[in-house]
Parts: sequence; structure tokens; C-alpha cells
Amino acid sequence: MTTASVAQRSSAFARPTAKTGVWSWMTTVDHKRIGIMYGVTAMVFFVLGGVEALLIRLQLATPEGQVLSADQYNQLFTMHGITMIFLVVMPLGAAFFNYMMPIMLGARDVAFPRLNAFSYWAFLGGGIFMYSSFFINQAPDGGWFGYAPLSVKLPGHGMTVYALGLIILGISSTVAAVNFLTTIVNMRAPGMSLMRMPVFVWMTFVVQFLLVFALPVLTVALFQLLFDRTLGTQFFGDSTSNPILWQHLFWLFGHPEVYILILPAMGIVSEILPVFSKKPLFGYPVVVFSGIAIGFMGWGVWAHHMFAVGLGPVANTAFALSTMFIAVPTGVKIFNWIGTLWGGSIRFKTPMLFSLGFIAMFIIGGLSGVTHAIVPHDYQQTDTYYIVAHFHYVLFGGAIFGLFAGIYYWWPKITGKLLDERVGRLHFWLMLIGFNLTFAPFHILGLQGMARRTYQYPKNYGFDFWNLVSTVGAFVIALSILTFFWNVIKTRKRGETAGADPWDGRTLEWTIPSPPPEYNFAEIPVVHALDDFWHRKYVEDKEGRLVPVPAGAQEAAGHATEGYGGDDHGIHMPSQSYMPLIAAIGLPIVGWGITFEQYWLAIVGGVVTFAGLYAWALEPSTEELH
Amino acid sequence: MAVEHVPPAEAGGHATSTGLDNVKIAMWAFLGSEFLLFGAMISTYLLYRNRAVTGPKPADVYDIPFTSVSSFVLLMSSLTMVLALAAIQRGDHHKTRVWLLATALLGMTFISGQIYEFTIFVQEGFTVRSSPAGSAFFVLTSFHGAHVTIGILMLLSLVAMSLRGALPQSRHTTVEYVGLYWHFVDIIWIIIFTVIYLVPS
Repeated sequence: MTTASVAQRSSAFARPTAKTGVWSWMTTVDHKRIGIMYGVTAMVFFVLGGVEALLIRLQLATPEGQVLSADQYNQLFTMHGITMIFLVVMPLGAAFFNYMMPIMLGARDVAFPRLNAFSYWAFLGGGIFMYSSFFINQAPDGGWFGYAPLSVKLPGHGMTVYALGLIILGISSTVAAVNFLTTIVNMRAPGMSLMRMPVFVWMTFVVQFLLVFALPVLTVALFQLLFDRTLGTQFFGDSTSNPILWQHLFWLFGHPEVYILILPAMGIVSEILPVFSKKPLFGYPVVVFSGIAIGFMGWGVWAHHMFAVGLGPVANTAFALSTMFIAVPTGVKIFNWIGTLWGGSIRFKTPMLFSLGFIAMFIIGGLSGVTHAIVPHDYQQTDTYYIVAHFHYVLFGGAIFGLFAGIYYWWPKITGKLLDERVGRLHFWLMLIGFNLTFAPFHILGLQGMARRTYQYPKNYGFDFWNLVSTVGAFVIALSILTFFWNVIKTRKRGETAGADPWDGRTLEWTIPSPPPEYNFAEIPVVHALDDFWHRKYVEDKEGRLVPVPAGAQEAAGHATEGYGGDDHGIHMPSQSYMPLIAAIGLPIVGWGITFEQYWLAIVGGVVTFAGLYAWALEPSTEELH
Repeated sequence: MAVEHVPPAEAGGHATSTGLDNVKIAMWAFLGSEFLLFGAMISTYLLYRNRAVTGPKPADVYDIPFTSVSSFVLLMSSLTMVLALAAIQRGDHHKTRVWLLATALLGMTFISGQIYEFTIFVQEGFTVRSSPAGSAFFVLTSFHGAHVTIGILMLLSLVAMSLRGALPQSRHTTVEYVGLYWHFVDIIWIIIFTVIYLVPS
């Protein structure tokens, strides 16, 4: 004991060193483990959000449904939205940013490993804080958009929890974005110029810019709401306050957020299509620049969420035009994907199926989006199920399909085992059918005038049949998700071993063993071209056909299949740390303290966070080996 | 450049793609984010500054000469911050501590001025609850005050580190990053001061 304390005199208590067991995960700073934790946590929230959706669909299966009370319904649809956006799609994207982006750049870790761990724990803390509100039966009930002044006046603690929970999640996302931005700007392998980065990394890059600049606007709106509810400020509650200030601030964040949700999926699909078509991505620079264009233009369209507010014809026209324009770079991407498929030798593996599903569903969602840009149409569609259909086609048919494509694609890299193809196919088809059964009828219901967010609809309005179809569809989706979990369990022990490069990949992650060692690359790779790994495996003959490079040449070109994951040459990785966890634990405690007006508790939480951050600043990132 | 390139510790000792330290890039990204934070609050203030049916309007209570003096004090702290960085870069630890402490003291003077000003405003009936204008004013200026306070804590931590010998010349970049943050807080104050006190409503 005494020797240990002498050796570790510099820090308050000994640095964690366990390599296995719970504490090794609690104190890890390895980007791959943090990525896995993001993914698993997001999947748990996906199940919770799915159960909420099923309850909503049960309530709406028949007219005048009696499954839920109006209050419960409000809480469920609010929490469903918050969960799916902030606790599922965003963190699932972050799971891939964490796990794959550094490897695809040829880096050993992200720029700030401990900050990365802090992002994860703050995300988990924010999620737990949000869900703790169910235990007092006062979950947020003002919609995920939390429109003030309604959200100021709603009784109970729900909307206070909403404001505080999103502030905590915003802190998590902001520090993660700063970390990833720095990683992409500064941690690229030699030769990895910006225009040699994989498209997934590019889309990650754009997303981080959007996060860094969009989240503070939401944070300000959330603080205004929080202070209105707790301190009695008059941002929204006064007779002279502006009733649509909240909407402007919220959608100035909220529209870029839509691209924060979809761009990672676009990046994933842009990686998968070339691999399973055996062709380079059609028009790589165009895909990159259209992604950047989406990033910029996403800022100029926020008020199209507010056409029916009454901003006046000039504003409505401007936002209608900008909304139609933003469909252009999106359409460009779709043509690039189709161009990639064109003439390729296509393998219909599960990741490819999900990618194709993504394209098809995203086109439907995108087209119905353009119909909202026509203002007179929008007046008709606003706050009906048509809108619900649109954003589910984009965010489920788009983002979730794309993310599942990524899960199937990178699963062998992460676990070393392939997921079962037959079960994967079953999962895909059930999900595609269930998804369309659920959400296609919403178009009809919306045009018939069925309003969103109401917990019952009357008999004899013609809503009965399509609502029942939709509810059946929702359970088919649930079944498809169960097949996915079955696949995971089934292949955990008995799955086929993947090897380093099961799909004949093009990017750097396929050059190292599956699962990768802690230090990723024994030697940092040197990159000579876009899809460098592919060019080490294949050359073109005189007719332009692909010919594999002979095995001997392959080795000379740099261990194509063995990869860079050879011996551990005494590589010294950042040490594990308790501090990110401790600093993050304080945040939900502050949240509970403010929610229940137990300010001593908020101060305790603040002290815990502050102490954690201080100890973190004083502790060296890499402990000397003894 | 003749400046010796020290590989940043956080990059695991590797050279970086841009040759800049990771922390510097992260600090710039973070400050970019902060600009949007204050941007949204300043927009809210501009929207709300005339919204007071009952109670005084902002323009009725402002004491522009007083706030000009405390703004001058805050701006001078950017100068002492630069002097602190110059001192550590040439290895003068005594001067480093003196200028860091001076910066912190100027910051504290500014905060004291803010607290005094807030007290006067509240006495005159312009409070965080009195009107949307009051809410927008107090939230904007106290968020800025909170940023200054965090800056003061960082400066004092640097002084404490220096006294313990934990701030050698080779770690001058740490002072530089705190300086970046401090200058940002000053620049934001110039904008806030102009928008709130100098632009007629």
C-alpha cells in the first residue's frame, strides 16, 4: 500500500490499470471501447423508444382508444421523439465516429481520449436523467420541440427535466464535436490529405461543424425556458414577450440537426456501395462537396418549419426557395450512389441490402419533403400525419436503415465475427415491409386530415383502417429488431470468423486485424491515394478490368492482408482514468437538484463535476510505466 | 521557423497534420461554438430591449460612464494577459505570476463592477423578472460574467501551478490557451457593451 501511494503521489488516488472487467470499461479512454459503449447504450434506448412507439400505436389502433390516458400519451410521444433523436440516432452515429473514424484516418486514437470518455458518460447521464422522470410519472410532455410559451406553463417537472436533460446532452455532443473536429483536422496519417479521406470521415467532419455551431443556439433557448420555469424570467411568459422566439431559436438548431442525423448515414452508405459494387464511388469530390453544401444550406431553411406561423409572404417565399434548393445537393448524392451501382458487380450482402433500402426510402422521404416546401401545400399538411410520414421516412427509412447498414458492415471488424447472412436478410425484409406498412399509410391519413399529437380520433372519420394497418406494421418492425438481436446472440459464439478484410474493403480499417488491437496500427500507415488499400490489392489491365495484384507484390506493397496490426512495438497508449466518469456523474445530480429545487444537491453535483475536472487537468494523460 | 516543435502530449507524441497543437485547434473550435452561444443571447436582447410595459426600460437605468470604466478595466486585462504570455515564453516566472495575478485582479474588478451595477438596477426596479428586456439583459450579461469568473479561476490555477513549480517554460502553451479564452471573453464584451449600452434603442 505504501509503495503504491509513493509511486502515485502525483494523483489523488491510483490510476486504474485493470484491462478486463467492469472497471476497465468504466475507466477506459480507448476510442473503440467508447464506440462500443455508445452503440450498446443507444441500442438500449432504441428498445425503450420502440416500446414507447408500440404503446402509441396500440392507443391509435382503434378509434377512441383506451390504452393510454391523454397525459400518458403526451409523455410517450414526447419521450419517443427525444429518445429517437438524441438518445438513438445521434449516439449511434457517434458510435461509428468513435470506433471507425480514427482508424479510417490512420490514427491511434482521437485527439483527446479522456474528453471522449467524458462525452460518453455525460450522454449516459443525460439519458438516465431524462428517463428518471418516468419514475415520478412526470416525463416531459410538451413535444420534442418543446414549444414555448406552452412548455413554460405546463405543470409538473416534465419540461424542466427536458431543458436540463437536453443541456446535459448538448454538453456531451459539443465536447465530442470539438474532439472529433480536432482529430480530423490534426490526426490524419501521413499522406491522408483532405481529399483522400473516406466519405464517411468527410460526412463526420461536416456533422461536427454543424454540432459545434448549432447546439449553442439550442442551449440558449433551453436556458431561457429553464429560467422562465425556475427563476421567473419573462422570455416567453410575459404579455410583451415574443411568442415565436422559441421557434426561431429551436429550428435554427433543429434544422441543422436534421442533417446531423442523416449525414452519418449518407457517409456509411457511401462507404458500403463501392465495396459491394466493386467500383470506386462515382464522383467522390461531388459527394464530398454536396455534403459540405448541405452543411451550409442547412442553416438557411429553418423557418420552413414555421410556414403556418404567419411570417408573411416574403419570408415564406424565401424559405420555400431555400428549401427547394437544398434538395439539389441531396439529389446529387442520390445520383452518385446510383452511378456507383451502375455497371458494378453487385453483391447483395446484408449491408448492401440496408444501403439500397436506405436509398429507396430516403428518396420517398425526400420527395415528400419537397412537397412541404410548396407553401400552400404546407398549410394543408402542417401538423397532420403527412408530416409524421415524411420525417419517419427520412429519419427511420434514411438514418436508421443507414445505421443498420453500418452495423452489419462493420460488425466483423468490431467483433471479429460475421453476422449471419440469412437472419440478416430476414431482418432487412421484415424491417422494410414493417416500415412501409407503418408509415406509408400516414401519408393518406395526413391528407385526410388526421392531426398529429392527439391521443384519440373519432369513429366514422375514415381513419380506422389505415391506423390498424400502421399498428400491425409497427409490430412487424418490432419483430425485425428482435431478429437482429437473435442474430447477435446466435453468432456471438458460433459466428463465422471474419478475418481482417471480409468484404474486400477499400479503406484503412480493413488493413488491421478484427477486432483491432488497442493501438490500432503497429506502424502508422502512409497513404498514397484515395482508397489506398484497394489500390494495393487491385490494378487495372489494358481493357480497364480489375486484376488482383500478385501475392508477392502485395506483401512488398505493405502487407495488404496482414495489415499494419503486427507486433506491439512497445506502443504507449493514454492511461485509463476515473476522472471523466466522476466529472460526468455530477451533471445529472445538478439536474435533479435544480428540478426539485433542492439547491444543496445541485451544489453537490457541481462540486463533484468541478473536482473531477480539476483532478483531470492535473493528472497526466499518459502515466509513466513502472 | 526557428521555433522548436514540441510534439503535443495529447497526440501521443506524434506529429500532427497541421503542425499545430491539438489543444489550440480544439480551443478555436470551442470558441467558435461560444460565439454562437452569445450570438443567440445578443439576438434575444436586441429583440426584447424595448419590451417593458411595466417597470423601467434598459435605457432608463444604464449608467454608461460607470460601465465604460469597468469595460476599460476588462480590456486592459487583455494587455496584462499578453505580458504574462511574453514573460513565460522568455522564462521569467516571477513576471509571469505578476501579470497573471494582475489579469485576474482586473477581471475581479470588472465582476465587482457588474455586481454593483446589478444591485443598483434591481433597486431601481429593473430585474430579471420585471420584463422580457430585464430577462434578456441579465441573462446575457451574467453569462458573460460567468465566463469571466471561469477565466479568473483558470488564471489563479495557473498562478498556483507556477508557485508549485508545475508551470515550466516548456508549458508556455498552457498560458497561451488560457489567454485565447481570456481574449475571447474580452472581445465578446466589446460586442455586448456596444450592443447594449452604445447603440441607441
